[in-house]
Amino acid sequence: MSSSSSTRAASPPRPVPAVTPRVSPSGRPRRTGRRTALTASGFLAPFAVLFLTMMVVPIGYAIYQSFFTVRRAGLFGGARSTEFAGLSNYGAAFSDHDFTASIVRVVLLGCVQVPVMLGLALLLALLLDSRSARLRKTYRLTFFLPYALPGAIAAVMWSFLLAKDLSPFTGPLSHIGIDVDFLSPSWVPFSIGNMITWGWTGYNMLIIYSALQTIPAEVTEAAALDGCTGWRLAWAVKIPLVRPALVLTTVFSIIGTAQMYTEPAVLVGARVPGVSPKFTPIMNTTLSMDLGDQNLAAAESVVLALITLVLSFGFLKYNQRKGAMA
Amino acid sequence: MSVIRASRPTRPALRGTDIASKVAVNGVLGLMALYTLIPLWWLFVSATKASGYLYTGTPLWFSHFDLVANIRNAFSFEGGIFATWLANSALYSLVGATVSTLLSAMAGYALSKFSFRGRESVFNVILASVLIPAPMFALPLFLLMAKLDITNSYWSVLLPSCVSPFGVYLCRIFAAASVPDELLEAARLDGAGEQRTFFGIALPLMAPAMVTVFLFQFVGIWNNYLLPSLMLNTPSLQPVTVGLVQWRSEFANGVPLLLPITGAFLSLIPLLVAFIGLQRFWRKGLTAGAVK
Repeated sequence: MSSSSSTRAASPPRPVPAVTPRVSPSGRPRRTGRRTALTASGFLAPFAVLFLTMMVVPIGYAIYQSFFTVRRAGLFGGARSTEFAGLSNYGAAFSDHDFTASIVRVVLLGCVQVPVMLGLALLLALLLDSRSARLRKTYRLTFFLPYALPGAIAAVMWSFLLAKDLSPFTGPLSHIGIDVDFLSPSWVPFSIGNMITWGWTGYNMLIIYSALQTIPAEVTEAAALDGCTGWRLAWAVKIPLVRPALVLTTVFSIIGTAQMYTEPAVLVGARVPGVSPKFTPIMNTTLSMDLGDQNLAAAESVVLALITLVLSFGFLKYNQRKGAMA
Repeated sequence: MSVIRASRPTRPALRGTDIASKVAVNGVLGLMALYTLIPLWWLFVSATKASGYLYTGTPLWFSHFDLVANIRNAFSFEGGIFATWLANSALYSLVGATVSTLLSAMAGYALSKFSFRGRESVFNVILASVLIPAPMFALPLFLLMAKLDITNSYWSVLLPSCVSPFGVYLCRIFAAASVPDELLEAARLDGAGEQRTFFGIALPLMAPAMVTVFLFQFVGIWNNYLLPSLMLNTPSLQPVTVGLVQWRSEFANGVPLLLPITGAFLSLIPLLVAFIGLQRFWRKGLTAGAVK
């Protein structure tokens, strides 16, 4: 934690209480454990209530629902009964080819997009941190700009930018003999990867750059005196020192990839033929919901939450262990 | 530490390689800046084109400048729904970010400054929920709210926006770093109640950190798409993200393409102003998350 950074900002009015140490007259311990717990829970309660009702209970309800199914007695909406279904909803989810294919698709997309984006973010952060960079502030602000545009609106923008008849890119490309339709089925995964890269590279770069800035000057100077400069300095000194930032951005990116929804959903809304309405797992789940199969949707949400948790938590743990050994 | 020259520590840096390094470094940074800016530039240029001229001329340069008419159209279409969307976005983001920041500060303070049994388990549960993406909560929440029949209301978006586990995580770190235990102890000894100690002493010390949490939550809610698009059917309740996507998908039903383009450009402005004005808070928040 950078305690220094929080004091750097405009200092708020600080009340200066009289610091006169006094011992309570009775001489008993000032605060009993129970009182502490009571006070603490008082401060925790408002958050806890909302956290429970808005996050824990819904997940619990989804898990519960995923084990049941609704049976209709007659063909035309006869009596409906809810029955325990065991794991059959999970079976249905995993045997749904569209659902499993969308998981594979998003994992593959993430395996390409996340390293590209973070590699670019790391490169830019190192370049900005290097002695040769000019206009640092301007670049920093520029790279961060896409974060000001909501993903959905950025996707609306890209849906025009990549459309053949409007795109400023297809014209120059066809001049040099490359004819591409960025919204054709074979290009769509790359186009979506590009949208996410455009939106989030600067954000990740800023996290890494901020970490680079906390490296004490003596460290890099000492390394430079030992003849370690340029790429070697970056590789052997700087990158290992900003490892926590790299781990954090990777975890956030894994989570971001798992929740991929907005960009392809907007393209579907824009009637781009190259994108299937079942492109990502979450799109599958919302479709199951729209079709009225809440139990299947619940099972699918549980599966997705578990996969993401395993991936991001696993990556964190793996790195903690590696960090401890290093 | 020039980037190009690598291997040998030849004492006086060669002028040539120094210049080459400068060119290479700034060249790459410049290319990335172009990649970032061209789409936004296109958005601006397109928003200024008179209707009917979107497809003519160069995509990246002005022709038939008519920005004012486009803005007027965006705000008058469908009875001025665009202004309602912007107001809704502002409402959801302002209320959600304010409440969640305050609740996060209280919870973070409790988790950092009081030791009680089960504290670490509570914190771990909160931390685990940070690792689950928001949509994984949005879907079950929608199922539950649909069951209770409270979807399609302001509350269905506002209430979930008031919870920010990541905010609690940040606030705990900030509270530990910026509120000295001795100060709290002194206040208690002077007879200040727990509430007064928190609001009078801890909160002002945590204020700069809370601005960061507020900004992150504000942008998070402003940018949210899945939750409001699941919850809200009535256009007059929707935020600008859902509304613009709706316009984009209705071009077949007579919504001119210039509307979502102008709308996208306009919706960029409020956050842009907030960004440039509050830059240092952004960096601070990012650092806080990255270290540790």
